[in-house]
Amino acid sequence: MDRVVSFPHLGNYYIVFEYFLSNVLKCKVIVPPATTKRTIELGAKYSPDFVCVPFKYNLGNYIETLEKGANTLIQGGGGCRYGYYGELEEKILRDLGYKFEFYNMISDNHISLKKGYRFCKKINKKTNLFMCGYYLFNSLLMIIFIDKIEKYLRLNMGFEVEKGSFEELEKKYFNSFKNNGVFKNIYLYCKYKRKFKKIAIDKPKDHLRVAILGELYSLIDDNTSYNTERKLIKMGIEVYRDTDLTYLLITKRFKLARMIKRGKKYIKYHLGADASGTIVKSLDVAKKGFDGILHLKSFGCTPEISAMSILPKISDEYNIPILYFSFDAEDNEVGVDTRLEAFYDMIKSKKEK
Amino acid sequence: MKKKIRIGIPRALLYYRYYILWKSFFEIIGCTVVLSCPTNKEILDNGKYLSVDESCLPFKIYLGHVKYLSDKCDYILVPRICNYGKGKRVCMRFNGVYDVVYNLFQNNNILNYNIDYLKGKYEFFEFIKMGLKVNKNIFRVIFSYFVSKKKEKKYNLSLNNREINTLKSNKLKILIVSHPYVVYDDFLGGNVIRYLKENGIDVLYSDRMDRKESICYAKEISDTLYWLYSKENIGSIVYYKDAIDGIIFLSSFPCGPDSLVNELLIRKMDNIPVINIILDESTATSGLYTRLESFIDIIKVRRENG
Repeated sequence: MDRVVSFPHLGNYYIVFEYFLSNVLKCKVIVPPATTKRTIELGAKYSPDFVCVPFKYNLGNYIETLEKGANTLIQGGGGCRYGYYGELEEKILRDLGYKFEFYNMISDNHISLKKGYRFCKKINKKTNLFMCGYYLFNSLLMIIFIDKIEKYLRLNMGFEVEKGSFEELEKKYFNSFKNNGVFKNIYLYCKYKRKFKKIAIDKPKDHLRVAILGELYSLIDDNTSYNTERKLIKMGIEVYRDTDLTYLLITKRFKLARMIKRGKKYIKYHLGADASGTIVKSLDVAKKGFDGILHLKSFGCTPEISAMSILPKISDEYNIPILYFSFDAEDNEVGVDTRLEAFYDMIKSKKEK
Repeated sequence: MKKKIRIGIPRALLYYRYYILWKSFFEIIGCTVVLSCPTNKEILDNGKYLSVDESCLPFKIYLGHVKYLSDKCDYILVPRICNYGKGKRVCMRFNGVYDVVYNLFQNNNILNYNIDYLKGKYEFFEFIKMGLKVNKNIFRVIFSYFVSKKKEKKYNLSLNNREINTLKSNKLKILIVSHPYVVYDDFLGGNVIRYLKENGIDVLYSDRMDRKESICYAKEISDTLYWLYSKENIGSIVYYKDAIDGIIFLSSFPCGPDSLVNELLIRKMDNIPVINIILDESTATSGLYTRLESFIDIIKVRRENG
């Protein structure tokens, strides 16, 4: 039987995962079908009652990709509850009667490179450490480039003169990521960055600035948050978000200790996952004079709940409005839209005063 | 005579695990320990008012207890626990307890220690550091740490022996798998325990087993689990498996680790009757009693049929 590898969705990064796996494993890799209403319904149906939303999405992705013919599933992640997803997901899928192999890359709540390498070695015997290292490096490069482009988009897309020009180019850029080497990636990044900068924008001087903070999965994955970020951008707001995969994989370990020191008025210890980051970043943002903060998280996210007890204090002290969103499987999009519009009206009238 | 320093210990969360250690530690140092009263409606209401509505129920109760203590003592003990080494992490809730309490109760002095073995914050040094804040005599602090550690060990052993004695009886036996702050809290698990005892059933507690032993047993069920407290719970299931008639999973809404671990356990237990009870803020007990009654009936029938 041919091996078909698959993995759960995570925002736009499926491009990178697909590239890495197909090159290292040299076997067929399929991307799960785009997340839809059916995905979350399937996931919510079989998952425990009060588990957080990423679990439901991952399970839904797995079921849909198994239906498409995948037989080897991969789970990576970690930090909070995410680290324990794998074992339960495997058990649920087995109880449903699917036949597959499940590989969990997590050991002690963190992605373990050793386990990952062993998995690669098991599936593709020809792979070696050098090859894995090269593709890993290239994948990290791709992640960094995607994040940099997205960051530029968030800041400028709301002010485009010709509607849709940014999104069109973004799609083109993501499509260009197909089996590129390191040098081609760098070349393409420079080329597209110049193109992005050439797009005409009309940025007024006193534009609204909003920071999006919160739990990583809800921030990265547009489906969880019902495209909250893009909706906000389209209202003509400069959106600032620092929490992305680059932050999680690379910069967090260097920044964290310094960040906690910076926020020592409010926190003394690391609160777990992204919670201390949320607090310190909201503090920074408030000092810079942003107009508002959006706090996104999935229902029951324990670290962010700790942060939510402290955030109102920052909001009071710096007089900055914070809108809290808690996403669950049953949320309806209209409610989110209404609250976003009300938030927009509020920060706008506050600015004009 | 100099007035003794009063140290408040909230009767919630880790109180049920470390009370003996804390109490004797502070008493030998020369402080008095002030305990908050057992959980009641007022404490829960206070806690609900202070916390975010999505926080887990034990944490709401915890904040209520801290509020109760806030004007009755000089210091409040709020430990922060992150991990006890590799694969022995605790729920993220305990990572943030100190900071949340610190921000909500700014006028109170908080006594705190931080356990993070992976970053070199060991229990011994942290206790000494904490003890020096209230008593300057370092020898007394060190002495009191070792004495109280010994006392704790003795107490745990006595609990363990009690469990072994219950195992010898001939009555129906039910194992309660739950965190100590849920079962032993009178407001949460109290109803369940009382009902079971009234019906003549022997109750075994998952956390009273020898801890090191149960961690070893836990590997039989789950190999990627990294929460220390859940590991201990799981281990007891493996250990008692053949001696018990049924298992009750008691968790509170919305407990992070339990939502995953209990689901996995329920899926893996096939020859023992299992019931999953999730406690929430409502105090109505009739629904709870109905479920327990039918569960007891099932295990009775099973035993009669052999």
